[in-house]
Amino acid sequence: MGSATATRAPITSTIRVRLRTPAKLRNRELLLLVPAAAVGLGATLLVDLGATGAIDTGMLALVAIPAVLALVIHVGLRVIGRESDPFLLPIALALNGLGIAMIHRLDIAGGRAGWEADAVRQVAWTVLAMVLAGAVLVGIRNHRVLARYRYIAMAAAIALLLLPLAPVIGTEVNGAQVWIRVFGLSFQPGELAKIALAIFFAGYLMTARDSLSLMGRRVLGIRFPRVRDLGPILVIWAVSMAVLVFQRDLGTSLLYFGLFLVMIYVATGRASWVILGVGLFLAGGFIASRTLGYVGNRFLAWLDAFNPEYADEQSYQLVQGIFGLSTGGILGTGLGQGDPDIVPFAQSDFIMASLGEELGLIGVFAILGLYLLFVSRGFRVGHEEPDDFGRLLGVGLSFVIALQVFIVVGGVTRVIPITGLTTPFLAAGGSSLVANWIIVALLLRLSDSIRPARPGAAA
Amino acid sequence: MNRELRRVSLVVLAMFAALFVSSSVIQVIAEPELTDNPLNVRTLYASYDEQRGPILVGDTAIAQSVPVDDEYNYQRVYEQGELYAAITGYYTLNQGVTGIEASLNDELAGTSGDAFLSRLNAIFTGQEPQGNAVRLTIDPVVQQAAFDALGDQQGAVVAVEPATGRILALVSKPSFDPNALAGHETGQVIAAYDQLVDDPADPLANRAIAGDLYPPASTFKVLMAAALIDSGQATADTTVPNPPALTLTGTQTTITNSEGGNCGGTEQVSLADALRLSCNIPFAEFGEQLGQQTIREYAERFGYNSSVEIPLASTPSRYPVEAESTDRVQLSAFGQGAVDATPLQVAMTTMAIANDGVLMQPTLVDSVLRPDLSELSSFEPQEYGRPVSAETADAVTRMMISSVENGAATNARISGIDVAGKTGTAENAPGDPYTLWFTGFAPADDPRVAVAVVVENGGGRGDEAFGNQVAAPIARDVIEAVLTR
Repeated sequence: MGSATATRAPITSTIRVRLRTPAKLRNRELLLLVPAAAVGLGATLLVDLGATGAIDTGMLALVAIPAVLALVIHVGLRVIGRESDPFLLPIALALNGLGIAMIHRLDIAGGRAGWEADAVRQVAWTVLAMVLAGAVLVGIRNHRVLARYRYIAMAAAIALLLLPLAPVIGTEVNGAQVWIRVFGLSFQPGELAKIALAIFFAGYLMTARDSLSLMGRRVLGIRFPRVRDLGPILVIWAVSMAVLVFQRDLGTSLLYFGLFLVMIYVATGRASWVILGVGLFLAGGFIASRTLGYVGNRFLAWLDAFNPEYADEQSYQLVQGIFGLSTGGILGTGLGQGDPDIVPFAQSDFIMASLGEELGLIGVFAILGLYLLFVSRGFRVGHEEPDDFGRLLGVGLSFVIALQVFIVVGGVTRVIPITGLTTPFLAAGGSSLVANWIIVALLLRLSDSIRPARPGAAA
Repeated sequence: MNRELRRVSLVVLAMFAALFVSSSVIQVIAEPELTDNPLNVRTLYASYDEQRGPILVGDTAIAQSVPVDDEYNYQRVYEQGELYAAITGYYTLNQGVTGIEASLNDELAGTSGDAFLSRLNAIFTGQEPQGNAVRLTIDPVVQQAAFDALGDQQGAVVAVEPATGRILALVSKPSFDPNALAGHETGQVIAAYDQLVDDPADPLANRAIAGDLYPPASTFKVLMAAALIDSGQATADTTVPNPPALTLTGTQTTITNSEGGNCGGTEQVSLADALRLSCNIPFAEFGEQLGQQTIREYAERFGYNSSVEIPLASTPSRYPVEAESTDRVQLSAFGQGAVDATPLQVAMTTMAIANDGVLMQPTLVDSVLRPDLSELSSFEPQEYGRPVSAETADAVTRMMISSVENGAATNARISGIDVAGKTGTAENAPGDPYTLWFTGFAPADDPRVAVAVVVENGGGRGDEAFGNQVAAPIARDVIEAVLTR
């Protein structure tokens, strides 16, 4: 890349120039961080007042830590990412804080305290995740370097996917083989793999988009890709099916494949890839549901959830979660005043049911609205990024969040069968937090390189 | 690329729209249905979240919710559970709710419309929302007297204030301890419940208002006499032939009077003497004269063939609606055959006679009180109906007084007080023990209480004992308890 040296010199000069102009976006971000921090702190306060009637200052201090770290990142952005999007950091902080408050609420119900408390560990993971996000922002000053590492990203993604199947460290939780356990800490490497995959897809599609756009035979009025170009989609499909069969995780499988389909569609503009992919996935899913007992069971427990035969066993979690949501109604029972702990995994897989019970439909809409705003900010990156790699990566990273929210919340609200994915930023779990905060960092970095067309600014 | 991105945005919007719709359906549209789903344990938990109101007798709580440290927050406790079980019923986690606990659940739980304002108030004042208290009409002294007088017998006692319909005592034996069913250990509760269900004596049956019903036997003659006089078919002095045995019309079945022989030794016997001596044959003859439809009409005026809500719903007492053969009408005229009654129904007949022919609606509820014990609603006496005229009631009263003074119900006598009464001795299947009755009221000129007593299994004496020997003394104890208040 010959242009690298050419652009290096002006960076220092633009910094000098920008320091004199007011940091409008950063001021907006600071303004938004105040209510975002208030969400976590206020929710924690209400949880304690609602559940125990006393204020837990220790917990409030813990919840303040992510807010302080967000402020540190904000100050850092004033120097190394002045033009980055002002909504991403506050939304992530608000959701993260709300999640910690609900996890704390379930700790109270479960009588967990100290290091046993999920909320304390969640704060610790949040700190780690935000530090890593900061490191990404500092370490990756220009997202284009990531394109160079696309095959390393691919190798990393495959390694991360295989880890849970490795002996000794691989662990099965609730029938899904998607965890590793090292030094007593469990981790879902698949969460990080989605970032690696997005980088790989963006890098690969950036170079291959032209040949993949070429179309072959026309079937039923739609031009389908040439057979010789089918290799990549078949490989990704095989990987997704392998995740489904060997790791027994429908959600992760769906997430990776959906990510690939959207990115290849955006890159090539050919709907036939999507039709082909959806067909492949449905066929694979259908065969899996017929041959793999656990997939078939999940389907039955989804379609006939309220059948008393399933409601005590397979669909117990789903049905109790739905009862929790309906109990919440429009306004919710109030934080700390419902019974979300009836639902198994109320702090992780079913945290949306817990939040819906205590915050009501209003709370659910607000949370979904925050996600939608987050995703739309990411899509804006895809829309306005000057280079193809950045656009594809922006779209991929934001879509993966949208799809994950849909799969998880859709599972809880019975739109689709339940899967084992986590709700981004909200659910208890370190791997999910680390991965999603890194996505925040990458989207911040990507958005910083959008040069708004200002009068006098160099194109 | 931007065209594709717009389409992907639309897909994302559609995905989120699906989530907005699905959560709205669950949290708003399907909410009532989900709340009522029997699998929904939250509905159950919620009913324990707030302190359920107490059931009061006077100012004493006979059922109340006390705070406990478990997921249900409150434990229902029944003071003197066995004494009041037929009234309070029980409030269980998953074996249902009965008695006042069920009939006045909305008030006790604080979910009735009236309670809405106090709930709103509780939200603003920060008080724990609480159910309303229900105060009963029961007099603890009379209730205890009835409970003790019935002793270990199987049966029931109902005592009512005729002028108001206020129920002073309501006992069904054998009783049970509702505390055994109110626990939070589901296994123990189910075990206790199964034990009660399997008990051959059927302690869960409320014999006073429900249960299997009993032939009212000779207590039905009170209703018959009232119907005969009120319809103008007879007066107290109207006579019928007085044979020692009667073959029922169109059958080979012969009936006799319970004491054998004819009724008082005369050729003809008057209605007054037939009732005083409780003779079957004259009433069979009177019944044939009066006819099924007229008897039924009067029986229904007194409450037969309807459920009475006190507010516990009684089992309707039965007088046949379909046309019956004459012999069946003759049998039912002295309370056998196809007529069956609850002790409450027998008491209602007596109440109307005691109250100049005006039948007051019997009730257990005196008032509903807010958590601060201010009155939310209070009981107003209500007329159930006017089955017979005051003159008829007066004539029947005089016959019932004679029955106690020098007739078949002498064991109900109380010195210095005129007691009006009528015994009953119901034959069941051949060889089975009798069902023994007494019903009456006192003082006869200004009635303060009307009672109905039923004792199953012949009071332990098979088919040897009469109502006068077993049921009348129990009624006398209850009446005395009222009169000495």
